[in-house]
Amino acid sequence: MANEVWVFVEQKEGKMKKSAAELLINGQKIAENLGQKFAAVVFGNDISEVTEQVKEYGVEKVYLADDEKLKIYNTESFTTVMTDLIQEEEPELVLFGHSALTKDFVPRVAERVGTGLVTDCTDINEDLSFKRPIYAGKAFSTVKFTDQRPVMATIRANALGAGEPVGSKSPDIVDVEVSVDDENIRTLVKDIVQKVTGRPELTEAEIIVSGGRGMKGPDNFALLEDLADVLGAAVGASRAAVDAGWREQEFQVGQTGKTVSPQIYIACGISGAIQHLAGMGSSKYIVAINKDPEANIFKVADYGIVGDLFKLVPLMTQEFKKVLAG
Amino acid sequence: MNIVVLCKPVFDTEAKIKLKDGSIDSSGVNIILNPYDEFGVEEALGITEKYGGEVIILSAGCYISEVVIRQALAMGADRAIVVEDEALEGTDAHGIALTLAKSLEGVEYDIILSGMVAIDDNGSQVNSRLAEILNIPQVTVVQKLEISEGKAVCERQGDGTTEDIEVQLPALFSATKGLNEPRYPSLKGIMMAKKKEVKQVVLADLGLSREDVKPQIEIVEYSLPEPRQAGKILEGEVEETVAELVNLLHEEAKAI
Repeated sequence: MANEVWVFVEQKEGKMKKSAAELLINGQKIAENLGQKFAAVVFGNDISEVTEQVKEYGVEKVYLADDEKLKIYNTESFTTVMTDLIQEEEPELVLFGHSALTKDFVPRVAERVGTGLVTDCTDINEDLSFKRPIYAGKAFSTVKFTDQRPVMATIRANALGAGEPVGSKSPDIVDVEVSVDDENIRTLVKDIVQKVTGRPELTEAEIIVSGGRGMKGPDNFALLEDLADVLGAAVGASRAAVDAGWREQEFQVGQTGKTVSPQIYIACGISGAIQHLAGMGSSKYIVAINKDPEANIFKVADYGIVGDLFKLVPLMTQEFKKVLAG
Repeated sequence: MNIVVLCKPVFDTEAKIKLKDGSIDSSGVNIILNPYDEFGVEEALGITEKYGGEVIILSAGCYISEVVIRQALAMGADRAIVVEDEALEGTDAHGIALTLAKSLEGVEYDIILSGMVAIDDNGSQVNSRLAEILNIPQVTVVQKLEISEGKAVCERQGDGTTEDIEVQLPALFSATKGLNEPRYPSLKGIMMAKKKEVKQVVLADLGLSREDVKPQIEIVEYSLPEPRQAGKILEGEVEETVAELVNLLHEEAKAI
């Protein structure tokens, strides 16, 4: 029975995912408070660089599963390797980032191991209870594990907040044996197309520029893209813009789209329907640009300008360029 | 090609959430079919229209709205299995997945379809847990699905990626928005739905007890978010307001 706190570090193309840093910083503090050993768990192939990156976060152990079978994500391989590792080492707590990848295999791991799982958490309390949004963030539930172990949780990106990494503690690297029967691999990944937007992923972005019905058409999103370029932001869309075919569905923010929690959400030509707010309501700062002074979005925006976004947005781009350059 | 579709009745997306005695107050709330499950029903109908077979609606919970089940039947599904039992009160994702798995014993299926998440609980767990208990493969967040003999080729939405995946049937798929456009039930469909079989089941029928679905997670409390306050509306000439906004974000909020 290992008294260990684990953080599963998701990697992409041999580099630690941005959201993993926040998770490691918080995991380290939790391990310290519990008086337990802090470990990182990394899956992939040729991922020695990730191991180096992870060392900065005060991990005392790195469980490294570096194998060709883990090069591309596959439900069965990841589930099997994680389950075997958990059953072998019996950690106290395992934290994951909440992502498409973890949503897929972590519940399967929890079922196979026979433990509970709390997903999409936005807070971890000292008593290891977890706070998570329900009803699209219109309410929260705080939940606690009964007696099952390990405690397993997926944590929403940008939700916990992070301080600084504590630095290296010269961790032991544990090479995890990857033993997956080929006949158990029943899904075949034939192709993976990386969306090259040159922008941060919506769910990890610090700044999001988003457009709604007020954009009046797909071409006008170029204005938002220009602003996003200057700010290093992601570009989102409301359901209206997506349903109109102006933007792809994977960039929809809202109750039936993505939930985001950036530092800044700039809503252009978005009325602010309750379902849209469900997707971005936990942004630190909301900026609203809309020509309708009665628009619901102004009820929740920290800063708003009532006006013509076709004039305002290009000016914002110019102004930010000046301010950020100077 | 027999297809089971998991359907969950949930609060309407318009619903304001209130607490009563520390619990979520459901009085006066309109109940709908989980929007993501609707994609599952539509997809199942499209597949059986092409290949023949049965579409079976499956639902489990403390209380299951008959209106919602009849809606799925009105869209065109053939029959429903509903596990409705007070003993499911407070159960968790494992308890529900186990219940669903048990209710499929003796049911022949090639495909299980589901929504990728329920918009009330936001758990996203039952799908994968069910596939694990049934020992079948899964593909989650599916935005395109093509079936041919004994296998499926689908498009999955990853994080910033689109993945082409091939899988042998039987398998479980969870649907995301964009998979299809769910049809509205026709008047004829609504009339026919009234006569379609809805098999009502309790845990004991499945050989399950309250102990078997005992939760591994317990609710400590429910809470409501701090309401966001309206902030500053900037007024003036366009150049002025923009300069002020940028200044506020840069200097005051120090956010950019």
